[in-house]
Amino acid sequence: MNEVDLRSFTVNFGPQHPAAHGVLRLVLEMDGEVVERADPHIGLLHRGTEKLIEYRPYLQNIPYFDRLDYCSMLCQEHAYVLAVEKLLGVEAPERALYIRVLMDEMTRVLNHLLNIGTMALDCGAMTPLLWTFEEREKLMTFYERVSGARMHANYYRFGGVNRDLPAGFGQDVLAWCDSFEGLFSDMDRLLSENRIFKQRTVDIGVVTAEDALNLGFAGPMLRASGVPWDLRKAEPYAVYERMDFDIPVGNNGDCWDRYLVRILEVHESLKIMRQAIKEMPEGPVRTDDKKITPPPRAEMKRSMEALIHHFKLYTEGVHVPAGEVYAAVESGKGEFGVYLVSDGTNRPYRCKIRSPGYVHLQALDEMCRGHQLADVVAVIGSMDIVFGEIDR
Amino acid sequence: MTAAPRSELDEMLTELRSLIESQLNDDLLEAAIAYGELSITVSATTLPRVLQWLRDDSSTLFKELIDICGVDYPDREQRFDVVYHLLSLHHNQRIRVRVLTDEATPVPSVTGLFRSAGWFEREAWDMYGIMFADHPDLRRLLTDYGFEGHPLRKDFPLTGYVEMRYDEEQQRVIYEPVKLRQDFRNFDFLSPWEGAQDLLPGDEKAEERAG
Repeated sequence: MNEVDLRSFTVNFGPQHPAAHGVLRLVLEMDGEVVERADPHIGLLHRGTEKLIEYRPYLQNIPYFDRLDYCSMLCQEHAYVLAVEKLLGVEAPERALYIRVLMDEMTRVLNHLLNIGTMALDCGAMTPLLWTFEEREKLMTFYERVSGARMHANYYRFGGVNRDLPAGFGQDVLAWCDSFEGLFSDMDRLLSENRIFKQRTVDIGVVTAEDALNLGFAGPMLRASGVPWDLRKAEPYAVYERMDFDIPVGNNGDCWDRYLVRILEVHESLKIMRQAIKEMPEGPVRTDDKKITPPPRAEMKRSMEALIHHFKLYTEGVHVPAGEVYAAVESGKGEFGVYLVSDGTNRPYRCKIRSPGYVHLQALDEMCRGHQLADVVAVIGSMDIVFGEIDR
Repeated sequence: MTAAPRSELDEMLTELRSLIESQLNDDLLEAAIAYGELSITVSATTLPRVLQWLRDDSSTLFKELIDICGVDYPDREQRFDVVYHLLSLHHNQRIRVRVLTDEATPVPSVTGLFRSAGWFEREAWDMYGIMFADHPDLRRLLTDYGFEGHPLRKDFPLTGYVEMRYDEEQQRVIYEPVKLRQDFRNFDFLSPWEGAQDLLPGDEKAEERAG
């Protein structure tokens, strides 16, 4: 017998690979078909958001948060707005809180639909992607109706939301919810128990609850490992404490569980959307503090004081009291947090964005070790990563 | 600064603070509650011990490390804050732990305690140049391959120092010093109307002349 010299070899995965969900470059050390070590190289989409934020007045920073994770735009705005509101000490009126809950849940459905579709595509099923993207398109028209933009809404404001919902909006959303449920259960039937899909996902990338905590997981990733933790229940913001919904929890922490948790969360989100529309009170959508909310256009034309307020708010912006806060929301992907340090001027001194995908991607090495190359794709799909938030 | 206990949340935080004060004794440099959040400051050498206690003690159980980030205060002697955010799922509480350091002094890495710390510390090194002792893999993370400098420091310009473009003649991507086609605009919004200083601009010259 000749002695054979076996060496592990290195495979470069991405950054232009369709299953890399953006610009992930993965250096994989392989032993044959088995992954020995996965080293993610990130930062190819780094835009210096945190640096840019330090140079802009508070109001002008809201659009940056749309552009982090471009699949859960309004959840991220929500975190930033909550942080600034905490420092300013203002509270949004009740109607605005309901609108935020409604739009947050719509965003969560948008996010999960994207993930379910693309994960199915990664595992070889093409149809769900086409179905979910069609529904995403319909949701984006709702986005467009409230904010004027299909994706990058720039809709939440300190002490409320930019403007009230358009007429008939609630009815249209309810109608969409009804029509969507049928389609979604069709997709569920098509995919969830599919033999090929289960072969690709069951027992792949298993994370125990203890590991998930130590790795800093949150959101569906943590819940799939069996930890019933959701910020909407644990630290209810907006009016989530009045909402009636359940938290789906997985058992095994594998890719299939993560997928199932997202499927069930979509159903819960629909429940919350319906309840929010039903219980939404009438009233103002922004706080009446004139130092934070600009005056109505008509008043600005007549009142000198209103004109001054308008001018000051749109040139200098809001001065935020000095201090530091951390505000977190449950975005579609997990805990999205903003750590904001203010020095009392009109610009943030430091704004650290804690994105869930960043933490999850870090665990890729541990989750993929000992799996085959094809499983890496399933694991990445189940992580629900979007590079806008990871690279920032 | 201590906010008066207004709600149940504040009471819980005050309790947690007194617990931490009694347990950490001299390790604790400062503990403050502001905006309904508890922040404590400890020295860099005791940090791993403090975090381990916070993680494992049954009264705290801060098992999840949410975030590590740097904050730069260039005027201070120890210019960097390293801020750790911890979350206790068991008690539904959060805490912020702060460590002060400068450019030369490394902070002990907590990757042994929390595996999620790895990339956070790499990012803090990348963005601020904060060193972490005993980190298994302290490479740059977010910036370009071969990048120089630490972009989130306050003395690093927003535009950076180099820009890159594809060069048609050399048929490759090249790096050049930044050329601004338009002046960089940085507006001074600090209006003299709000919070006016007693000292007007130019007054200091009069004092200089007198002194």
